[in-house]
Amino acid sequence: MGNPNAGKSSLFNQLTGLRQKTGNFPGVTVDKKSGTWPLDAQTTATIVDLPGVYSIYPKSLDEQLVTDILANPAHPDYPDVAIVVVDASNLHRNLLLFTQIADLGVPTILALNMLDVARDEGKEVNGARLAMRLGVPVIRINARTGEGLDQVRKAVQGQLLQPTLPAKLFYDPAEEIPELIGETREQYKLDNNYLALQYLIQHDGFSFLGAEQRQGLDTLIARHDFSEIKFQANETITRYKRIAALLTEAVTQQKTDGQLTWSQKLDRVLLHPLWGYALFGLIMLLIFQAIFAWATPLQDFIDEGVAWLNGTLKETLPPGPLTDLLTDGILAGIGGILVFIPQIGFLFLLVALLEESGYMARVMVIMDRIMRKFGLNGRSVVPLISGVACAVPAIMATRSIGTRRDRLITILVTPLMSCSARLPIYTILIALVVPNERVLGLFNLQGLALMGLYLLGLLSALIAAYVLKLVLKTKERSFFIMELPTFKLPRWNNVGLTVWESVRSFVWEAGRVILAISIVLWVLANYGPGDSMQQAEDRVRAQSVGVEAAELDNRVASERLEASYAGRFGHFIEPAIRPLGYDWKIGIALLSSFAAREVFVGTMATIYSIGDGADEEGVTIRERLKAERNPTTGGPMYTEALAWSLLIFYVFAMMCMSTLAATLHETKSWKWPAIQLVYMMLLAYGAAYLTYQALS
Amino acid sequence: MSKRSVADLKIGERATIQSFNDQLMSLKLLEMGCLPGAEVCLHCKAPLGDPICLNVAGYCLSMRRSEAATILVE
Repeated sequence: MGNPNAGKSSLFNQLTGLRQKTGNFPGVTVDKKSGTWPLDAQTTATIVDLPGVYSIYPKSLDEQLVTDILANPAHPDYPDVAIVVVDASNLHRNLLLFTQIADLGVPTILALNMLDVARDEGKEVNGARLAMRLGVPVIRINARTGEGLDQVRKAVQGQLLQPTLPAKLFYDPAEEIPELIGETREQYKLDNNYLALQYLIQHDGFSFLGAEQRQGLDTLIARHDFSEIKFQANETITRYKRIAALLTEAVTQQKTDGQLTWSQKLDRVLLHPLWGYALFGLIMLLIFQAIFAWATPLQDFIDEGVAWLNGTLKETLPPGPLTDLLTDGILAGIGGILVFIPQIGFLFLLVALLEESGYMARVMVIMDRIMRKFGLNGRSVVPLISGVACAVPAIMATRSIGTRRDRLITILVTPLMSCSARLPIYTILIALVVPNERVLGLFNLQGLALMGLYLLGLLSALIAAYVLKLVLKTKERSFFIMELPTFKLPRWNNVGLTVWESVRSFVWEAGRVILAISIVLWVLANYGPGDSMQQAEDRVRAQSVGVEAAELDNRVASERLEASYAGRFGHFIEPAIRPLGYDWKIGIALLSSFAAREVFVGTMATIYSIGDGADEEGVTIRERLKAERNPTTGGPMYTEALAWSLLIFYVFAMMCMSTLAATLHETKSWKWPAIQLVYMMLLAYGAAYLTYQALS
Repeated sequence: MSKRSVADLKIGERATIQSFNDQLMSLKLLEMGCLPGAEVCLHCKAPLGDPICLNVAGYCLSMRRSEAATILVE
């Protein structure tokens, strides 16, 4: 544990490497991360990376987690040893949290990180003096390069065998209120004065205490006329005074010349009224260009590879329903998702780079004023930007927003940001109707169209937030006090791990769903009630005497699909989606992607490869869609009007069970996911209707 | 000019924190190292002059103007 930006996650990555477990979902560090670390031949330690906090008094939900664990020795994650990572260039502020954790009676190790930064600022830290005065082991590490890991191991082993605890509390509340602390300890059987104080001040947030126990504390507070806020302010001031006295002993500071550091100079540009926004816009534009342009060669490679494999399997395996299931069902569905690994990898890479370098905090600052107008908060920027990767971790990231209403609004509008699962749909449809040309000699037209869709998502998220702001009234104050970390070169192993973890879980989580749905869909599309499919085939054959064999095969396949269970399903909902320009085939894809929108492309691939009677080998989905004809007009099925109507539909539609589950989990009420589902679906239907009618 | 606050500082101007006029906000500010007697320097302002960035206790802290207005300076 430690302050934000002190280097906890770097140390965690150094110790655990690839032996990490994050939540079920791709994205940045928001939830509890844990990993294993072989301590010695017999022992394996489990390391938990806790969210960064400035003090033991939480200001937001993710900070609450740290206090919940430390104040409750019965908690399953209560540490045997706490490694507190501190930024040596700012020991003054970092030690506040450290002294609080040590005072709670947890065996603690102080890990001094960023000593190189401190040295550059003319500070020399005397670790031995600190260890003596604080009464705990102090080690020097460099979490970036991995120096000092052996000392971490030795210190942890030492603290496990024979804990070294400070002889007395750094700040003992019993100095001020001995009777109250004494009574609390007795009544709640606590053996630590500082923990007793935490019971008094924070019991409303302690879920492990029963209602009766909380009331008991309220009675104690009332009887002793105890003022929590005053006491807490006094505690902070006293701790800082003692820390300052300690640091004059343990840190030698050479006079600095008062010049601006390069990080500060950079801020003058990045937060500039004009350049700040221009640069932010440019960076976003670059990201979308990169996703489209750099990923394309890799994608073509995967796409053709899958098509080739499909063709080869069809040739070599004996024909029959099993081969068909493998090629048209499973491989077509999986291939549809494998193609998007390069794009999703790039997206996560670039978002991770922005976070790692410290630029994201600047974006929060320049966006706060604008966000506030829409009922959001500068901190909403991170969920909104990570929403571009996946709404699930983005919704979990809203825990850092301390204000309830700001947080709720952010949760409700985040799924409007176009997530990576929409990317496959966007890519295929844009490639169908937008020419692959350059404008102004610089920008790729398809990349611009993609960016347009993302901007539409952002704009609608802001408008929705504004409407929600008018609806949800609150008396609670919104606040925005935030450290601006100094700029750092990204640590490549951190970035690499984030990207690896995201891509792995995207393929694994999405892949499983898609595999299951592909199989079900293949069955539904190949079998129909009774012998209806056979009847359909006989009818076509009887009607089209004298037609070429290939054409006949096509008609038969398409009639059979129409007569299947899936076809009937599609026809059933066709009247509802006709105004949007969709036919029953798209209807099938819409229904199957209701639980997860990334299924759409896989479904389309399955449907169209079944619907294609002739066994063409090595055909990609894109080519199949292009070849699809509109049965009534005879022209291409995928006209501009239809493609844009589908694109707009997917910009708005709430088609993701995981997101709804995340909203339910984070808001603890069925009401909010229901509202989210309904408003987004209505928006999607309405907007797609207008688009189709306007373009056709 | 008895009650100047951090929100009234100009870019590059230094001042010493005297007190706070908002108890709840002061808890958060104290923890972040804004202590009475500490020197602050207005480092820069975001576009539209809000939020602002302060140099305090050896690092850079950003906050809204309304929050800065609760920190009174000498």
